[in-house]
Amino acid sequence: MKSITTEKNGTATFKIFRKDPSRDSEGRYDEFEVPVEEGMSVLDGVNYIVEHIDPTLSVRWNCKAARCGSCAAEINGYPKLMCKTHISDLPSQIKLDPMGAFPLVKDLVADVSSNFDIDRRIPGFSPRKTSEKPWVMYDIDVARSQEFRKCIECFLCQDVCHVVRDHSSKYIGPRHVVKAAALDMHPMDTADRSVLLTKEKGLGLCNVTKCCQEVCPEHIAITDNAIIPEKERAADKLYDPVLSLLDKFLNRTGKQGEK
Amino acid sequence: MEYDTYSCDVLILGSGGAGLRAALAALDSNCSVIIISKSLLGKAHTVMAEGGIAASVANVDTKDNWKVHFADTIIEGDYIGNWQMAEILAKEAPDAVYELERMGALFDRTQDGKIMQRAFGGHTYKRLCHVGDKTGLEIIRTLEDGILHRKAVIFDETLATTLTKDDESGRITGAVGLHMRSGRFAAFIAKSVVIATGGLGRIYKVTSNSWESTGDGIALAFKSGAELSDMEMVQFHPTGMVWPNAARGLLVTESVRGEGGLLYNSKGERFMLKYSPEKKELDARDVVARSIYYEIQKGNCTEHGGVYLDIMHKGPDFIKKKLPGMYTQFMEFANVDITKERMEVAPTVHYFMGGIRTDPESCMTNISGLFAAGEAASGLHGANRLGGNSLADILIFGRRAGTHAAEYAKQAEMPEIKSSTIISEIKRVKEFLADGRNEAGPYSLLDRLRDAMQQHLGIIREEKSMKEGLEKVRSIRSELKKVKTSGTTSFNHGLMECIALENMALLAECMFLSAIERKESRGAHTRSDYPKKSIKWKLNILCSNKSGSIKLSHSSLSLMPKELSEIIGEEHYN
Repeated sequence: MKSITTEKNGTATFKIFRKDPSRDSEGRYDEFEVPVEEGMSVLDGVNYIVEHIDPTLSVRWNCKAARCGSCAAEINGYPKLMCKTHISDLPSQIKLDPMGAFPLVKDLVADVSSNFDIDRRIPGFSPRKTSEKPWVMYDIDVARSQEFRKCIECFLCQDVCHVVRDHSSKYIGPRHVVKAAALDMHPMDTADRSVLLTKEKGLGLCNVTKCCQEVCPEHIAITDNAIIPEKERAADKLYDPVLSLLDKFLNRTGKQGEK
Repeated sequence: MEYDTYSCDVLILGSGGAGLRAALAALDSNCSVIIISKSLLGKAHTVMAEGGIAASVANVDTKDNWKVHFADTIIEGDYIGNWQMAEILAKEAPDAVYELERMGALFDRTQDGKIMQRAFGGHTYKRLCHVGDKTGLEIIRTLEDGILHRKAVIFDETLATTLTKDDESGRITGAVGLHMRSGRFAAFIAKSVVIATGGLGRIYKVTSNSWESTGDGIALAFKSGAELSDMEMVQFHPTGMVWPNAARGLLVTESVRGEGGLLYNSKGERFMLKYSPEKKELDARDVVARSIYYEIQKGNCTEHGGVYLDIMHKGPDFIKKKLPGMYTQFMEFANVDITKERMEVAPTVHYFMGGIRTDPESCMTNISGLFAAGEAASGLHGANRLGGNSLADILIFGRRAGTHAAEYAKQAEMPEIKSSTIISEIKRVKEFLADGRNEAGPYSLLDRLRDAMQQHLGIIREEKSMKEGLEKVRSIRSELKKVKTSGTTSFNHGLMECIALENMALLAECMFLSAIERKESRGAHTRSDYPKKSIKWKLNILCSNKSGSIKLSHSSLSLMPKELSEIIGEEHYN
């Protein structure tokens, strides 16, 4: 269990990356001294700077409660949410960088809009035609997909992924495999996204180092429960000769519960 | 002066549940849609909604039906809610839930595979369809997924700074906005506009609301001539975190009480037995918030100035399954294990019942072509909102606003916005930027505004104090001209806050004026100088813009048909 410092009058030094790409060719680090109160998060520290020292410091945040995933950044080199990282858990020097896997907007703000373009190209929810109304589904069947639907789209998993960071790679990244898995494992969905992920979206390039799983603030088992099952499903469909013949013969997509 | 120009049939301000649902509805009607949103797509305040959607699907309590939901909504809204809206809500909520399910939402299930429902304050039956304590996230993701696969144009991180109107006809023509990521201004020309920008919790110091809840859409509508209603009605959620300071105000979901959580004061008394012997912890929010407030005032408070909320008796497995968000929130923000320790809680500003006045059927305002839905609109919740009704509200009235805005657009010509209008708006916004550095920025005035609201327009109100508050707000408004901040137009929080401050200060004045006007205690509006409810005040107070100044008026309630008034029975005054 982590400790929350009770020391009231300490200070922390924030060393923050600054760059406005429309004006600066190089980035720099600015240093700020911030008074630290009990229970203060890194985001509280950054907001202190914006409100009291430098209002031009750009930062993205919304809920301050680890529910929206806006304030992702690299804190002393680790991809984390600023709102749920306590200053007291860090050394007194705190270095902040924007997520490096994305283009920079300004200072700590990364341009994550490419993620929405990726989402657009993953087939959406495709429910099976049924006259059953309302749908009957059981907790045990919805639980798998529900785990992935907890994703708050902070994109820390994308940021930490070394395959995504290699910009020549066509791998769409962990967040989007989780998204695809959430749909594939939805009890009513009929589409299959595993083959698309493997053939076109570079899923095979993921070498399961599980870094994404480690940084997920929602503790989604990204690699174990989404990436590996999607890889296995694709392998079954693409490389199992018996199954693929059967699929062809029976004209089926191989999803459970489909008739 | 450079700016970009876009045009569409239906322009939607806001990308929360109401905005996205409106967008889907307008697309269904084959209209072109632009969504502009102050926050990043998927981050709107809807993600913070925890407890569930109220809908009488009667999966758990089979006796439930729309009539009971209707009666609960009107009665707990203390009889000044709009009955037509409440009827629509109660009747359409089950379909709205099933529709969301067919779009891919996965609710928690009952043993026999139906949507699970939980108890909530003020609801007669177990009525809230939910996903653990993260229902809002499920709604926003489902709608976001839907919208990403449709042809909507989305400008997120774009702040609308003004609405535009045609001088002659008075109809709406679009909006001018600032795209934060590029720092560029844009004119959005539209045949109709839907405001779905949410509430204004951040006018207060202690609130559960996110960064963006600054009432921008409500203020913009007012400035362009739309009537506002019920501006005195602010919901204090009974349970917000009190400690540590940095987490003060964060919501502790009502689901904790819905799932069996009990409230105790520092003496160990379960005080709700005294204030509300029948409904106890699950009475409506205004009642529970006041009770906690009284206990704290009496000095029966905890170390950090709250009361205790205890769910330990339910056991760790149950708590982690049903309240996973609360478990981690307390673990991570307060280092408290709620399966082993009690939570400390106190009221926090949570929801705004007031807002833009709309037609119940079409969601259109008094301005031709301008629609509003969700928390930015008013009427449905009366003097107090029931938990779970806001998520039903955004889906049902979001859809209606989108459909009717599309219908309006189909009949309308594409308007124009004069370039002089656009340029003068850009100039106005740029006035906030000083050339040099080291400007004070909006933060000291913001602090003063939030202090004034917290101190003078809290849970218990009184004439003299409110008048002091009003004076403070007026003096803040007179100082707005001097507010300057540094930097450029690109992703500048100081600039965003300057714009928000101006909107919030305007709305604050409306709120004080309306609260001083209502000389009774009703719902969330409790006055120590007028502690009783009065039949004289069974009406709505309106604010309208009369050439720049705020004019108050009274609007009587429309007569409820007999078959509906029979459902709710007599209102009692003593």
